[in-house]
Amino acid sequence: MTMRTWLLDPAPGSRRQARLGGWFRAWLALQRNSLAMTGLAIVVLLLLVAIFAPVIADRNLAVQQVLEDRLQPWSWQHWFGTDELGRDILTRMIFGARITLVIVFLVSAIVVPIGLAIGLPAGYFGGWIDAVLMRITDIFLAFPRLVLALAFAAALGPGIENAVIAIALTAWPPYARLARAETLTRRNAEFIQAAELLGASHLRILLTQILPLSLPSVIIRLTLDMAGIILTAAGLGFLGLGAQPPSAEWGAMVSSGRQVLLDQWWVATLPGLAIFVTSLGFNLLGDGLRDAADSRS
Amino acid sequence: MLGRVYSAVRAFARLLGSVSLTFLGLTCVTFVIGRVIPIDPVLAIVGDKASNETYDRVRLQLGLDKPLMVQYWTYLKKLVQGDFGNSVMTAHPVLTDLLHVFPATIELATLALVIGVVGGIPLGVYAAVNRGRWPDQLIRFVSLIGYSMPVFWLGLIGLLLFYAKLGWVEGPGRLDVGFDDIVPTVTGMLTVDSLWAGETEVFWNVMGHLILPASILGYISIATVARMTRSFMLSQLKQEYILAALAKGLSPARVVWVHALGNVWVQLITVIALTFGSLLEGAVLTETVFAWPGLGFYLKNSLFAADLNAVLGGTVLVGVVYIGLNMLSDVVYTLVDPRARGNS
Repeated sequence: MTMRTWLLDPAPGSRRQARLGGWFRAWLALQRNSLAMTGLAIVVLLLLVAIFAPVIADRNLAVQQVLEDRLQPWSWQHWFGTDELGRDILTRMIFGARITLVIVFLVSAIVVPIGLAIGLPAGYFGGWIDAVLMRITDIFLAFPRLVLALAFAAALGPGIENAVIAIALTAWPPYARLARAETLTRRNAEFIQAAELLGASHLRILLTQILPLSLPSVIIRLTLDMAGIILTAAGLGFLGLGAQPPSAEWGAMVSSGRQVLLDQWWVATLPGLAIFVTSLGFNLLGDGLRDAADSRS
Repeated sequence: MLGRVYSAVRAFARLLGSVSLTFLGLTCVTFVIGRVIPIDPVLAIVGDKASNETYDRVRLQLGLDKPLMVQYWTYLKKLVQGDFGNSVMTAHPVLTDLLHVFPATIELATLALVIGVVGGIPLGVYAAVNRGRWPDQLIRFVSLIGYSMPVFWLGLIGLLLFYAKLGWVEGPGRLDVGFDDIVPTVTGMLTVDSLWAGETEVFWNVMGHLILPASILGYISIATVARMTRSFMLSQLKQEYILAALAKGLSPARVVWVHALGNVWVQLITVIALTFGSLLEGAVLTETVFAWPGLGFYLKNSLFAADLNAVLGGTVLVGVVYIGLNMLSDVVYTLVDPRARGNS
């Protein structure tokens, strides 16, 4: 019996086989979607670049200011040219990938637990708890994301941590709604009633029965959302409210290249291309994941 | 009859209740940002070189000796009366400043919305009709690109290409220097004002400046509108009445564009309203790129002048427009779709 037939066995012999088989089928569905695979390739490449940044590039080149080399066009020495302070643009973009991913992961790590903590009890208990929690969610949903992030950054001062807080504060409501909807569809299922009859506490049911089943759709939503998070973070950076110089944040790099846009176009446009390709990668992947999940259900 | 009036009144009261709650939430957040987060709001105003007397005077002026709830109540009362405080940067009341810059943003966002709707709806319908075939895939890919586009970057590329290299459009700003102050301000929207005054030359200059930023914002909203139209259309095309209409011998074009699309409009209104809200946001970045003297440009400049009153005033304004758009789409929804009425 090959690995493949074991995984695709319609009558799995164990829980582990069933779970792995489910993942394998989703993977097969995803593999047929060439756009999604392109997205996956972009995301994986970005992860590798971010992790191995110090290996593939020289950190000094990202910060070292060589004023006689400023605003050089591309050459074998500087593949993407140099910026207004003579720093190598490609190296800065490579290290910028780290900043972008750190922001994305920090925001996700804040947003998903908050969304679940609000959405699961709202769907599970219903009644006034649901009403209060969802009203709060609606209030935050009505906020303009970038403008609120702007106001936050204005009060807290610019910086990467404050950008993360500001984005997270405006990004959690969709997760609360999603978690609530997922909980509602399972609230009256027989296995929940069985767990209640066995005397499981509400917390236990929420954490061991409902949470694991809600996670897949939350993760798909998160993948689609990451593109939005990247764009908001880059927008804040472009406005000068994200990571502060000399750190190499893509949005801030675009902003600093604006002064020389007409003569040295590569300074502003190449880091922007990185923002675009990265967020496109997350969007393609998320889109494909959603399709794969749809076709399964 | 009486029952219908009663339920309409009840629906309206519920809507008003939820709108005011959201407004309270919004002001709570701006209050916290403005008064609680800064470690010492007095110091932020007087600076650290001020004497103790000045410090105490400003502290009393701001009402900071009172409990937080009382402070919030005072803040709310002032907001409702349109008192957003004075801008440190321009020394005008913030509301005056906001009303001065807002029409420029409305003008930009409105044209972008028109582009988004006129481009997005046909694309969405076409994609739904050709579901799964290459036009659908292509439209899907184009909208994903729109979703992934950093609008400020696209703006810079647009300037580089269409202004600097090709010279098809005018550059940053709203008007060429020579055209300042020719037309009297009526609405603050230069396209409308110049036509009103009959100055066609000014109008074309304004359009030359407006068309690039509006198209760039418009492209981003085409992505949203096309995608939502597609999914709404797909659920309509599955219905039996479509089959019945086709069986009756109506042309497929009529069935798609009149019957199916006619039922989609109601849902699209919500999408269009929300898109307009996100366009106001996108305008913050676009205006920075194009030196467009609207709300976004004002917010950004206030931010760097550490003018918290102005920033929070702008936030409240955008928030109120957001809430208003949400409410509007709810009301229109109820008016247009009879199904949304009775069963509340």
